Amino acid sequence: MSVLQGAHRFEALVVGTSNRTAVTAGRAVANAPGSAYNPLLIYARPGMGKTHLLGAIAHQVFALNPAARIEFITLDEFVEGFHVALSTGQGEQFRSRFGNADLLLVDDIQFLSRQREMQAELLRVLDVMLAGQKQVVLTSDRAPAEIESLDDRLLTRFAGGLVLDIAQPDYETRVAILQRKAEERGATFPDGVLEAVASLDIESVRELVGALNRLLAFQAVSEVPIDAAQARILIGGLQSAAATTELVVEQAEVMEFAVAGHGEMIPVGDPRRVLADALPGVMLGQSDTLGGEPIDDPAAEHDDKEEGPPHDFGLPGEPHEYQDSHEFHDAGAAAGSPDPLGEGLAEKAALQADRDEFGDFLSDLAATLARQVDPWRARVGEAILRWEGEGFRTFRLERLLEDPEPADPESVMIQYEADAEQLLELRAEAESLAPEMAGAAQLTDPGNMAAAEAYMQRVREGAIPPAAPAEHWLLDDLIEGPGNRMAVRAAQAAIAEPGRKYNPIVIVGGSGVGKTHLLHGIGNALALASDGHVACLGAHEFTQELIEAIERDAVTAWRNRYRRCAALLLDDVHLIAGKERTQEELFLLFNLFLETNRQLGFASAVPLAELSGVEPRLLTRLEGGLVVELPPPDRELRQQLVERTLAGRGRETDAELITYIASRPAESARAVQGYVQRVLHSADSQQAKASVALAREVLEGAPRVVRKGIVPGRTVSVAVASSGGVKSREKTVWSWPTLSERVIEEWK
Amino acid sequence: MSLVNFTAREITCKIVYYGPGRSGKTTNLQYIFGRVPDTRRGRMVSLATQGDRTLFFDFLPIDLGSISGFQTKFQLYTVPGQSYYNATRKLVLQGADGIVFVADSQARRFDDNLESLQNLQENLLSQGVDVRTMPIAFQYNKQDLPGELVLQPPELDESLNFRGVPSFGADALHGSGVFETLKGISELVLRKLAAGGIAE
Repeated sequence: MSVLQGAHRFEALVVGTSNRTAVTAGRAVANAPGSAYNPLLIYARPGMGKTHLLGAIAHQVFALNPAARIEFITLDEFVEGFHVALSTGQGEQFRSRFGNADLLLVDDIQFLSRQREMQAELLRVLDVMLAGQKQVVLTSDRAPAEIESLDDRLLTRFAGGLVLDIAQPDYETRVAILQRKAEERGATFPDGVLEAVASLDIESVRELVGALNRLLAFQAVSEVPIDAAQARILIGGLQSAAATTELVVEQAEVMEFAVAGHGEMIPVGDPRRVLADALPGVMLGQSDTLGGEPIDDPAAEHDDKEEGPPHDFGLPGEPHEYQDSHEFHDAGAAAGSPDPLGEGLAEKAALQADRDEFGDFLSDLAATLARQVDPWRARVGEAILRWEGEGFRTFRLERLLEDPEPADPESVMIQYEADAEQLLELRAEAESLAPEMAGAAQLTDPGNMAAAEAYMQRVREGAIPPAAPAEHWLLDDLIEGPGNRMAVRAAQAAIAEPGRKYNPIVIVGGSGVGKTHLLHGIGNALALASDGHVACLGAHEFTQELIEAIERDAVTAWRNRYRRCAALLLDDVHLIAGKERTQEELFLLFNLFLETNRQLGFASAVPLAELSGVEPRLLTRLEGGLVVELPPPDRELRQQLVERTLAGRGRETDAELITYIASRPAESARAVQGYVQRVLHSADSQQAKASVALAREVLEGAPRVVRKGIVPGRTVSVAVASSGGVKSREKTVWSWPTLSERVIEEWK
Repeated sequence: MSLVNFTAREITCKIVYYGPGRSGKTTNLQYIFGRVPDTRRGRMVSLATQGDRTLFFDFLPIDLGSISGFQTKFQLYTVPGQSYYNATRKLVLQGADGIVFVADSQARRFDDNLESLQNLQENLLSQGVDVRTMPIAFQYNKQDLPGELVLQPPELDESLNFRGVPSFGADALHGSGVFETLKGISELVLRKLAAGGIAE
């Protein structure tokens, strides 16, 4: 785990336009982990404060909840940890380590580039954490799409959360950062010094801090405070090493000290030699550029400058024009104002400062103009800040600002705000339905409300729970016999300790032996004991749902329906054979449920060993739980089944009839029930009592007693369906063959 | 002059640097001239009087480009500080949208500052301009000189800036405070414009 730096807190972050959105999102995540933006990915060039923001989130989460489990690692540590875990056979522990964390912070994920194995592992970790509504925050030095060979699934996971960048700090932010850092170090600088440094083309915060360090080191050996011009040359001249050298040499000559890069003070004889040591690789300038003649009367310098008419501006009667800035400098020098920094240096300083100073002026003027001339621009600017803070995209407003003459800015702004408000409502709805989906990008773009509505539709659909177990199949109704005793007891044990005792429980047996009853019975019992929803459905239905979700591009919502369930019970699991996507989704759900101790149950008509077309990773997981067989009902079970079925139909208990029916061979409970149904139906149609004779006649084809008044060989109304409920005229036997024909037929 | 033209979406500001002789008005313009990219500035022009052929003002046009949809141009003028050029000063002051009063911070020039300030008020009054409505900023130049030679901005504020308008310490020779002053007067001018002081 990475060491969390104490200084990396939100309070220590200087927030400007460039990082406001990222910091706002970071705060939201820290205040409500797992519910705001999950995962949150922040990317920026090195030195922009990504790691600081990660640390700040960690500190804030810890401050709000000291019991929170926080994992703060770099991707390198993640990779190393995984390899160690694999080599020691502790892969599962490695995964569960993250599964148990409340907050996972991963720095520098750009190193995932071309590491398929680690991408899959991170994907797994992400899925586990997201499903458990645990917060994940990642950083990268480039946009996720720019990470080479990054798994699309990871990209979609990132897109499902919030992806933000931190831009180069603007001038004001740079000044604020310098001031904050100077305060932290107890350093003070004359007015304009920090502003001068901030106006230079320094791209990252880290470089900015480095510049401050150089100022501090310089000031430590200087008897007089550094001024803005010197600071500009000292820092800005880094690109122009000679300029730096000139200034330092000049200072060294005055102070007889030079400063090495690390701030060490070195007494000097020849300042150039010492500087050559202190700044290796820097070419030293010529002595004739070191500052010119000393100024005896500093006031005269200014006064001379204003001499103007007699000295500066040409001949009488001839309008004098300055051709360019060089003329201006030459004129200044000719008027006797020595440049204390040397001509070359002054020019370099001027070149460096020119663009920045004028640019700053323009930028400030633009802001003033926007406030004063087009007040709506200021309001749009404020609206951009506000809605960016809420995590919304503000392209529409930005385009408004870019347009020199927008037709109706007020209406655009009103419409944008109305859309944004509506998005807030949708987001709140999503938060209540599926918190992990509330941070989706579709809910952050008021410019595309149609996408937001479509997304919400999917969220709403995703909020509908999967099929529940059928209420009429209760475990108590299941007749326990020697054959199914083990399965029933195992089911009861699993219900007593859901997700812990037997997970998964796999029921294997032929058709009609009671697998579905047992599975739904488990489901109903789990539903009673749990607050969560229990999903219980057939594998075919599961696959069909997935196909529909894929067609509607709503797989995430579909998946989330199951992820939220307290238990997942899948009937006829053998039907997933050959369905790769179903198996993949089931595999992910399987892992999630296992890792979160939620009960899984499956019923299969095919023994697992004979199951082909199912991925080994899934098959081994099924076998890794408890596999129980439901054999065909034995005689004792059949007897109880007959008794119960007869009683259920309100018939008198005829012991002889029960014994007879139970003695009939049957491969399934359903077949036994079919026997009873047929006998009862026959009795009903003949308006006779259900008896052994009738049963024998129905089940074995024994000679029936011809009722008086009915001519043999003529039509009879005997239903032949096993269910006894067939009334179809086509399926009614209207003309039975004579007994002799039937005997001969059977004998044949 | 036409300060703001909403139809053509143009803003043109005339800002006059006023003050006693040798206070640093031209230096201000020269510094700005040196910092404005070539593509944004016109030629800095110095005009001479017809009579004695002495230069009587500096003029620096700056095209700031499109700001908030307005083509914005600044025209910076200086007046000759010497007392005998008052007619020229009146001429340059005509149509000014804002004034930067460049005071010399040296204690020995204090009376010159006062005299120039009074002269400014008189000239404005003579043109029917209420000095209270004219955007003015003070610049206390030469603050880099040794402390014993100059008055500090608070002292100068107390003596000169009795209307409490924005004031800036400066070292125009090296640029400190130059753009700050320009920014300050620009804001005042634009604020006045927003308050209804728009000349079409």
